[in-house]
Amino acid sequence: MTTLMTPSIVSTVPGLNAPQPSPLSETTTLTVAKAINEGLRQAMLDDPKVVLLGEDIGALGGVFRVTSDLLAQFGARRVIDTPLAESAIIGTAVGLAYRGYRPVCEIQFDGFIFPGFDQIVSQVAKFHYRTQGAVRMPITIRVPFGGGIGAAEHHSESPEAYFTHTSGLRVIAVSNAQDAYSLIRQAIASDDPVLYFEPKRRYHVKGEVVPELGAPMEQAVIVRPGTDVTLLTYGALVSTARDAALAAADEGVSIEVIDLRSLSPVDYAVVEASVRKTGRLVVTHEAAQSGGLGGEIIATVTERCFSYLESAPVRVTGFDVPYPPAKLESHHLPDLDRILDGVDRVMGRR
Amino acid sequence: MIDFSPPLVQLLSLDGERISRPDFDPWVSDLDGPALLALYRDMVVVRRIDTEATALQRQGELGLWPPLLGQEAAQVGSARALRNDDFVFPSYRENAVAYCRGVQLTDIVRVWRGNAQSGWDPYTVNMATPAIIIGAQTLHATGWALGAQRDEVDSVAITYFGDGATSEGDVNEALIFAASFQAPVIFFCQNNHWAISEPVGVQAHRNIADRAPGFGIPSLRIDGNDVIAVLAATRIALDRARAGDGPTFIEAVTYRMGPHTTADDPTRYRDPAELAEWKTRDPLVRLHRLLTKLGEITPEVEAATQALADAAAAELRAGCIGMPDPEPLSVFDHVYATPNATLERQRTDYAGYLTSFGSSDQPGEGR
Repeated sequence: MTTLMTPSIVSTVPGLNAPQPSPLSETTTLTVAKAINEGLRQAMLDDPKVVLLGEDIGALGGVFRVTSDLLAQFGARRVIDTPLAESAIIGTAVGLAYRGYRPVCEIQFDGFIFPGFDQIVSQVAKFHYRTQGAVRMPITIRVPFGGGIGAAEHHSESPEAYFTHTSGLRVIAVSNAQDAYSLIRQAIASDDPVLYFEPKRRYHVKGEVVPELGAPMEQAVIVRPGTDVTLLTYGALVSTARDAALAAADEGVSIEVIDLRSLSPVDYAVVEASVRKTGRLVVTHEAAQSGGLGGEIIATVTERCFSYLESAPVRVTGFDVPYPPAKLESHHLPDLDRILDGVDRVMGRR
Repeated sequence: MIDFSPPLVQLLSLDGERISRPDFDPWVSDLDGPALLALYRDMVVVRRIDTEATALQRQGELGLWPPLLGQEAAQVGSARALRNDDFVFPSYRENAVAYCRGVQLTDIVRVWRGNAQSGWDPYTVNMATPAIIIGAQTLHATGWALGAQRDEVDSVAITYFGDGATSEGDVNEALIFAASFQAPVIFFCQNNHWAISEPVGVQAHRNIADRAPGFGIPSLRIDGNDVIAVLAATRIALDRARAGDGPTFIEAVTYRMGPHTTADDPTRYRDPAELAEWKTRDPLVRLHRLLTKLGEITPEVEAATQALADAAAAELRAGCIGMPDPEPLSVFDHVYATPNATLERQRTDYAGYLTSFGSSDQPGEGR
């Protein structure tokens, strides 16, 4: 009977005695997940004040293995497996930031962020303003986001608009391994709090990574130039948008694909220049349409570039429904066909 | 009188010996051989269902499955203590509870196949559908209990959650509300020792049951692999609630013998010796030993039990594989209870879009 009361046996952690990996020093092909892992490693080597907090980020290396081997390299004082409490993960990060730490919080899945929402919106976002700059909140909140992996409820959501609507937060969404690496380092180095959205269904896609910080994270990037339509997106849909541009080229339509990267602030200089050139805009995101980022961007572009527009801008988004069960998600998620349908609409072909 | 601060309560030893406890025995005095055999049958069937569902996931028929392997006694013992008019608020692992409540086997896997966000109508079985946000359901149970209290009926809410959930704010707030209003609710914590990769020591430096008294809620800490102790403790808690004596917290000490879900790999973080140790405390083995001593186990009984389990597995498999995919436009269904013009326009637009592909062509597969 008493044996049942004994605390659990301490797990043997594989890799605890393994040689410590050195940081990236040359161009390497990495998955998106591994690129974030390498970015975290470099940030932790660069600054002893960088600490990680989250559920299952230690021995397991996170449910997506993004923090693999970091516990072995940096120890449990810097790679902190927390109790299951998202509000506490964010709220204690605030306290750590108060003392000069740079916490990096992992929220295990997009749909689990809401217990921590109050701390993010009411505290993290407001501290700098409240204290007139005296207290900085260099907190990075990593969130695997988006659908397409056939997951259970609360595991496929796109909650970014709640945060772009919240003043005081920076919001990033990465689409590829290079940005995953560079922007996690920039996010951690930022003196503002950053929501860092990771394209869950592209975690295992490989790409070349140069161990450099690259362009500032607030800059949007034209990933494919074009002249007829500006197609704006971010995160996992960048790849789909690129495919759509290839398909459209076969039909004689030249699409300029913009990877927004920073959702707040939006790099309107790049967006406006593109729209002035093409005269047509399609914005696509997985998040629901109403109150989504697409509407905000289209409103701003319409205000600033109205006379350049050849047709009404179009949104291709998830529907205004709770994220549906796995068997229906292919209908909810914008895909190649729905994006091309949106392109047809701005081209006046439908 | 029940002492609410004892060490672990066990009424059935690992060797299958009935341990006498004058304080608990009266609550299970009706458990004769056939009654114990019925509990055993439930446990064999739910383990078989669990194994079959895991196999279905491996074969690609389910997207995910959260195994309950090792937790059969905790779930069956508590569920079989309930009345039909009591109401269950589970997490996502209480598939044995669902079976005991009479949920159809096909309905249990509907959500894990990805066909729907829930598998059954809660009101038909008085059990809510799985709650995936950790601990959220404990507040719902407390609110249901507040309603029962106001309706002046003696129905009781029971909520299931794990050791990990006890760290969530929602669970702590539920305990505070339940105590404040003396709500007729049972907090049934299955301490299975692991929250994915985190051992229970990350959540608590003392027994989890010790927390409840601090909230003003009496607690019992029971051997969760002992179906008799589980049944007794749940009956005690139900009786308190029905009598208007408020909430009770039960910590059923058990073990998650499998992965967190089929997506998890416990070999990355768990010492195999720990699992081996817990295999010696298997809830089915121990009850089988008692039943053997009582002369209830005969070759015919063994064969009939196995046949029952196999039939359940076959029913589950057939129901799972035969489940039709949801209709595309059902993605718009049930978002609101009242008409919504914005959504109806999206539905109409999407229906037109689908029609543009023709009847045989499905979108989503490239052009």
